[in-house]
Amino acid sequence: MKRLASLGLGLLMTASMTAVQADEVRIGMITTLSGGGSHLGVDVRDGFMLAMERSGRNDVRVLIQDDANRPDLARSLSNEFMQRDNVDILTGIIWSNLAMAVVPAAVRQGTFYISPNAGPSDLAGRMCHENYFNVAYQNDNLHGAMGAYMREQGFERPILLAPNYPAGTDALAGFKHLYEGEVVDEIYTQMGQTDYAAEIARIRASDADSLFFFLPGGMGISFMKQWENSGVDLPVFGAAFSFDETIIKAVGSAAIGAMNTSLWAYDLDNEANHTFVEAFREAYGRMPTLYAAQGYDTANLILSALEKAHPSDQDAFREALREADFDTVRGKFRFGPNHHPIQDIHVREVVEGDDGQPTNRLVGIAVEDIQDIYHEQCQM
Amino acid sequence: MTLFIEQLINGLQLGTMLFLMASGLTLVFGVMGLINLAHGSFYMVGAYATALVTAATGSFFVGLVAGIAVAAAVGALVELIVIRRLYHRPHLDQVLATFALILIFSEGTRWVFGSSPLWLNPPAMLSGSVTLPGGLRYPIYRLVIIAVGVAVAVGMYFLITRTRLGMRIRAGESDREMIGALGVNIARLYTLVFAMGAALAGLAGAMVGALQSVQVGMGEPVLILAFVVIVIGGIGSIKGALYGAILVGVVDTLGRVFLPAFFRQFMSPSEAAGVGSAIAAMLIYIMMAAILAFKPKGLFAANE
Repeated sequence: MKRLASLGLGLLMTASMTAVQADEVRIGMITTLSGGGSHLGVDVRDGFMLAMERSGRNDVRVLIQDDANRPDLARSLSNEFMQRDNVDILTGIIWSNLAMAVVPAAVRQGTFYISPNAGPSDLAGRMCHENYFNVAYQNDNLHGAMGAYMREQGFERPILLAPNYPAGTDALAGFKHLYEGEVVDEIYTQMGQTDYAAEIARIRASDADSLFFFLPGGMGISFMKQWENSGVDLPVFGAAFSFDETIIKAVGSAAIGAMNTSLWAYDLDNEANHTFVEAFREAYGRMPTLYAAQGYDTANLILSALEKAHPSDQDAFREALREADFDTVRGKFRFGPNHHPIQDIHVREVVEGDDGQPTNRLVGIAVEDIQDIYHEQCQM
Repeated sequence: MTLFIEQLINGLQLGTMLFLMASGLTLVFGVMGLINLAHGSFYMVGAYATALVTAATGSFFVGLVAGIAVAAAVGALVELIVIRRLYHRPHLDQVLATFALILIFSEGTRWVFGSSPLWLNPPAMLSGSVTLPGGLRYPIYRLVIIAVGVAVAVGMYFLITRTRLGMRIRAGESDREMIGALGVNIARLYTLVFAMGAALAGLAGAMVGALQSVQVGMGEPVLILAFVVIVIGGIGSIKGALYGAILVGVVDTLGRVFLPAFFRQFMSPSEAAGVGSAIAAMLIYIMMAAILAFKPKGLFAANE
């Protein structure tokens, strides 16, 4: 019995020693690779891995798992990553409801979480945490920026359209916060709705001078196609989520002319971005989307902090992350006090590209140095 | 007023589309007593085949014919391989097996074509909008969908009341053992009816796919509505499917516009929008419950 116990102890010791010896950094990526909206997760992963490969570091191991857009699965994957694989950093989650299921518990247990996409208001405000960083945006950023832009462009009677779920109501709240004017009407659709004839009829019957909508994924595709054939002639505005390269290719000519706000555009003029777009196209044979850019920036942020400290030295690593000392494809990037970005939001227009397919073209800046409104609630 | 008329036409369009789905579903149930959850998969198969063939040939009409043909062929194959073994099993087994078919079709399609939606648009000659009498601008393509739906309904009526096949279908509905005893090849009739239902679903998927987006899982939301339709109309009854489909289509579309407007009279606009759309989403189920309370077998119950 004694021998057995000492054998067990010995095994345990060797196991813990390999973990210490290797000094390898482990990153667990939980992202959506199947099910609805999986092209977002695929792009985040591909952008992230591109940066990892380009860094040439072989002491960083990235473990990737598919959450299938299911909160329960994301939660159990994060537990596996933390308890079995001893990851130092978690990342990858696309959807805000999944982030809410995973992030609070993970950061409480002393793991870093670096978000490449989801940015729910709670995590930016009252539930902020020193080990949580968001490299993409706070969810309201793009909608609010479009509100400000439409105000500046002189639109006075916008009508708003979004699905009836938390991110949808947040989107319209974010828009109204920076639009600061009266809106004609707010229309909420069902989640996953495919036929928008009724909503289009309401828009036609209103006296709106412009349309702002937030319909991510397949919903936006259906809506834009039906909108084009409806004969309603209003200028269309939205956030980049409804106008990424994958979606506008599926929408076709109906998307042309739509304006959208984004934190990144492939034709943003800076050295890091040229390198990124070129390398991404070469590696994967397609145009990067903003999700790919976010994945790429997330990886580069982590790599920049790893140059200065190992994640096991939590305070030093956190300080290195805060400095955000990396070549962002966005041109400039810094963190606010709640570890969410303070960044420029750009306006893009969907135009016909050289190959006849629709594509996004940079128009200008909607809001400079936008910061979320929740940072005041954040006590770190 | 134009808003009301436009919504009425929208409701009619949704109704005719639902009829294409529901008629196949109710026919299969009426003739074979089979609950087929995989009906939505034929809708998806039709849309995918149409999108692929349209992309390859450049003609939407060739694509549409191919979509219907492929959906019918897949339907016939599924009947021969799987469904045939389920006729004498309890409904729960049928639900289980056809639910498995949904998963197989969805994951199979994702495996082959990926999760990104395919591109399919209405042909150029049917896109854009026309001005109807009264000054209302309305998309041509939606009018075409209504026309196709009406044509199918008329065609079904003649098929069922005036042809030999229709006679056998009606006979199959009222007494399955007897028509077998009378020498009708019942196995072939079942395959034929099943393929016909699948073809109608494929037609609906192809037409709607051009309007919406062609993607994995597109059939299931429509399938739920189609079930509501046949429950309201009376399971097994084609006539019930027609009236049920138009009722559901019109009530659903009108509710989505006028309920939020109604709540705005005594609520703030954002609250009204939230509450109104939430109740609008439930409206057809409330209607179904109300109808079943008075007519437990639906409006036009078959086998009565």
